Amino acid sequence: MANPTVVLEFEKPIVELEKKILEMREFAQGESIELTREIESLERKLDKLTREIYSGLSRWQRVQLARHPRRPYTLDYIEHLTEGFVELHGDRGFADDKAVVCGPAFFRGRKVMIIGQQKGRDTKTKLYRNFGMMHPEGYRKALRMMKLAEKFDLPVLIFIDTPGAFPGLGAEERGQAEAIAKNIKEMARLRVPIVISIIGEGASGGALGIGVGDVILMMENSWYSVISPEGCAAILWRDSAKAPDAAEALRLASGDLLQLNVIDSIVPEPSGGAHRDHKGAAETLGAAIEEVLGSLLGLSTEDLLQRRLEKFRNMGVFYHA
Amino acid sequence: MVEWFHKSTEGLISQTKKDIPEGLWTKCPECGEVIYIKALEKNLNTCGQCNYHFKLASTEYIRLILDDGKLETYDTGLISGDPLEFKDSKKYPDRIRMAQKSTGQNDAVLSGIGRIEGKEISFAIMDFSFIGGSMGSVVGEMIARTIERATMRRIPLVIVSCSGGARMQEGILSLMQMAKTSALLARFDEVHKPFISVLTNPTTAGVMASYASLGDVIVAEPKALLGFAGKRVIQQTIGAELPPGFQSSEFFLEHGFLDKIVHRRDLKGTISVLIDYFNQS
Repeated sequence: MANPTVVLEFEKPIVELEKKILEMREFAQGESIELTREIESLERKLDKLTREIYSGLSRWQRVQLARHPRRPYTLDYIEHLTEGFVELHGDRGFADDKAVVCGPAFFRGRKVMIIGQQKGRDTKTKLYRNFGMMHPEGYRKALRMMKLAEKFDLPVLIFIDTPGAFPGLGAEERGQAEAIAKNIKEMARLRVPIVISIIGEGASGGALGIGVGDVILMMENSWYSVISPEGCAAILWRDSAKAPDAAEALRLASGDLLQLNVIDSIVPEPSGGAHRDHKGAAETLGAAIEEVLGSLLGLSTEDLLQRRLEKFRNMGVFYHA
Repeated sequence: MVEWFHKSTEGLISQTKKDIPEGLWTKCPECGEVIYIKALEKNLNTCGQCNYHFKLASTEYIRLILDDGKLETYDTGLISGDPLEFKDSKKYPDRIRMAQKSTGQNDAVLSGIGRIEGKEISFAIMDFSFIGGSMGSVVGEMIARTIERATMRRIPLVIVSCSGGARMQEGILSLMQMAKTSALLARFDEVHKPFISVLTNPTTAGVMASYASLGDVIVAEPKALLGFAGKRVIQQTIGAELPPGFQSSEFFLEHGFLDKIVHRRDLKGTISVLIDYFNQS
């Protein structure tokens, strides 16, 4: 359930109604039929309200949901979706980047390689995970794991959730651009299926650096764009407070990306958002991954790679003068 | 080398040098040297004092490195769509039209087939004066086709980059051009022909984090701004001043992400020699 200390503005009516229902339940203790009826009616109202609010979310509201501090992260999906996960560390060159979590696991009876960006929930773990912002060694660690998967014929499941590749001194010194570029190229020709799931934030090159694959799934309330709404607002209007406007202009929501043919499908979230039901969110995403993985595993490697190339080859909108 | 510079470029639209203010003299932004403009032009738009390379219009760059200053251009009819219906102070299609008018180009790339010391190459050059050389669908498509031409004809590939990164006005689709171009470079590897990536001032963000970083050999002009993140963003993140020379060609070379820094006047010769070494017949 939602952490009561973290309630987004548009969630307030829902949370208040929930509180009221809870109070009445405690008061009634199943004794009064009258109250039970009242509670049932309120629950119907809650259901309707939730559906109303969530069907009309603005892009900025979805960005807020994507960033919700209770939103399920990669490790939550690993917990709910896999068994026997063994985390493997390091890029064998410089360091172990904690903003990305990698390792083999069993997914619905099948051996897979998991790679996912990881955020923290409290100050300490947020710092430990560097807010989900990878350094070059993170991209190199991810690539090492992909090569490992290729060598031993494991499909790769990738979870994207990052506010961006880390913009710092060390990141530039160690070649952030090269690391991302190399991953994009190598992922285009990795000889095993790659299923990408965008589970929260998909910010620019930081996301794309582990974002090339055969199928791209996107959780309903995630965002994916060339720049964060704040970054875009700072450039366009020299004011990052205009992020809500930038979110609209960028068309970064799951529905937009489906329309632009960048993603393959939207994974619906539980009523009220993934943060309100981790297990339910994982269940739906797991079913979607299982379905696409099954069909990808039926393809020959040559077909797989040809389709992957064509998928990205065809992206873009232009015309002939 | 100066001769190429003055050769006419038939079939190419000429362009004004935006970087250099009107008048007889200009000041080097790197070392402050006051330079006589005629002398600057004679020196291929580089500072004789500190080697700073002023921007050179892509048409002039073509004169500098391609035989007879000739590029058989392709794909000049590709025009950007407006998939997001993006509007800030201007509508995106208006922004494109203005850039087309001022540069005489369809978008931020000129591409096609040319020769370097007799060797046929597939070539593309980016132009910063077209919306900061930013990469949208058209730039991505033109670079993609440049790579495909090199792959199909089995000839070397040379791309001269100059870009602030992905074009924000096309949102996620401009990000996907990084994937499109890089995926085609993976395919180009199969024909075993060299890709020489030339970095000029500036090459950053989405272009740096895709094809510009993927050359078999990567060379850069001296003192170019090269990097992933913007300086202001990094400054805000670390809360301190950036060290001098940060994100320059020299910084890239020092940290192992660049093969060579090459003065403009030596660029054609260097590319030619490298192609000879790596080109298998």
